[in-house]
Amino acid sequence: MSTPLATPNPEPGTLNSELGIPPWARPGGPTVRPVHDEFHGDLLEISMGPQHPSTHGVFRMIATLDGEKIVKLKPVFGYLHRNHEKLGENTTYLASMPYTDRLDYLCSMTNNWAYALAVEKLAGQPVPDRAQYLRIVLGELTRLVNHACLVGFLFNDLGTSFTPLLYAFREREKIIDLFESLSGSRMMCNYQRFGGCRVDPTPEWLAEVKKIVDGFPRFLDEFEELLTGNEIMLARTQGIGVLSRELAIAAGITGPMLRASGVAYDIRKVDGYGFYPRFDFRVPLGEHGDTYDRYMMRILEMRESVKILQQALRDLPEGPIMDPKAKIRGFRPKAGEAYGRIEGPKGEIGFYLISDGSPNPYRYRVRPPSFVNLTVLEDMCLGHTIADSVVILGSVDIVLGEVDR
Amino acid sequence: METIEQIRDRLLARFPGATVTLVPNPGPAAEHSLLLDGAHARAVAFFLRDDEALRLDYCSNVTGVDWPDKEIVETTKTTVPDPAGGPAKVVEHKTKRLQPGCLEVVYHLYSMARSHGPLVVRLRTGNRQDAVTLPSLTPVWRAAEFQEREVYDLYGVIFEGHPDLRRILMWDEFKDHPMRKDYVSPDDYEWEPTPHGEVLARAKAHFPAPPPKPAGGAA
Repeated sequence: MSTPLATPNPEPGTLNSELGIPPWARPGGPTVRPVHDEFHGDLLEISMGPQHPSTHGVFRMIATLDGEKIVKLKPVFGYLHRNHEKLGENTTYLASMPYTDRLDYLCSMTNNWAYALAVEKLAGQPVPDRAQYLRIVLGELTRLVNHACLVGFLFNDLGTSFTPLLYAFREREKIIDLFESLSGSRMMCNYQRFGGCRVDPTPEWLAEVKKIVDGFPRFLDEFEELLTGNEIMLARTQGIGVLSRELAIAAGITGPMLRASGVAYDIRKVDGYGFYPRFDFRVPLGEHGDTYDRYMMRILEMRESVKILQQALRDLPEGPIMDPKAKIRGFRPKAGEAYGRIEGPKGEIGFYLISDGSPNPYRYRVRPPSFVNLTVLEDMCLGHTIADSVVILGSVDIVLGEVDR
Repeated sequence: METIEQIRDRLLARFPGATVTLVPNPGPAAEHSLLLDGAHARAVAFFLRDDEALRLDYCSNVTGVDWPDKEIVETTKTTVPDPAGGPAKVVEHKTKRLQPGCLEVVYHLYSMARSHGPLVVRLRTGNRQDAVTLPSLTPVWRAAEFQEREVYDLYGVIFEGHPDLRRILMWDEFKDHPMRKDYVSPDDYEWEPTPHGEVLARAKAHFPAPPPKPAGGAA
């Protein structure tokens, strides 16, 4: 005896709707629009990114074009967002230190320094002299790495595929080899501590730094001879992406981008944090605020960094690298708040911390320089072509790990 | 720069209806801050930016802080003399009091023209549920544009007068505000409706079900 099937076999060719099966939920695909030869003055909206090679990561620009000219541009980001600040609130103060490496992964030493500075301000923690000098040495080496790479990436965006970048990477490799031998990691250094540094460098390490620093001006001369006077470079960057002095101040732009617009504001000089007041260096300033000036700022700042490094290596004192009273375990700052900021290679990187007396910060906030510097991206791109927007974005110097956090 | 008390007194003299409160910072940094009221915040901000002595033209950092409702237990001790003449008793009374929470927005202001700072300015919402509107200071400092969008995105403060208040880090369809202290993350971020249920229904419809076992068992 056979029992009837639970669901009978439908006749071949029966539609799903007849069986009561709903149509499948299909994801909405891209809308395909016909492309005409003439646009008849229509505006065309295009989306660059998030996987475009010139956007330095997963970054998207929605640009509205009139012919080739940009009339509107909206940056879209957050693709790398992992709520870094919430992670910081859920771990102890020290456990956030390796996370700060992942913000701007080209400049982990300065991120560490900014965070250490903020926590030291929060807890009233002094730092010994040798550690202050080491911080300056490593911070300025990071500046060399960042600016050399930025110039390389900028030229990638200009179309000289990879040659300047490889010159920059050759120098960067030497410096991050030093970072590796000191801290154990090339990019994620995790080197600073509250009240000092983690490892004391050997004399051999310092001699190696001195060798690289002394050879760096030669690399810069070679780099500049190749790039600075280049005709295509001048045509593509001069007068492109002009950022006025007033807008730069109002929009909170910091770092080389601000100084390219002619505002003398360098936190190393203004705040005098660390031992920077002991050093003799100058702050280069631009005149026009265009992409060329932003390029030149980086080159000139590298030359000043070399001067700082030579002075720091000359004057580096002997002594402890950690304050003996600094607490590593059971670190609980008193209730209060502090905002510590330094002049990172990309601009002002600051950390705002609120303590409620517990081992974890109540509030942990990163003030990311490249996030704020993107505010004026649209203003700089308006009226230029879509190809120029790539170069302008390259000259802003963003790292998406820091923008998205 | 003037001391924060002087700035507060000048603001109170200049804006008679405004409330400007000094919020002390007990930590070693000792950067005290000024709490402004929402109604006068933008006028005060314009004053801070344009005043000749202050010229706080650079708004460095804008951030939100969440202060949830807090139950505070207060203990009062009263000494009750023993009528029998023995030692007096100490009786503890515990009273519970609900301190209402708020969302706070903190602005760190510096001056590029005068090279001084910071002045820390705070704004507080009425509560955390429905009175979360504050005036936007983006018309004063353009630097606040993206950062206020971030505070809106992660904390849910609505900035009145912001030119383009949208989510910036989370995606537009996201419902909650993840930096709030009481935020609970979903079990599975990656979940999205997939056709699996329908696939199974079709498979069931297409293939015959296995024949049921005979009732008595084949012994």
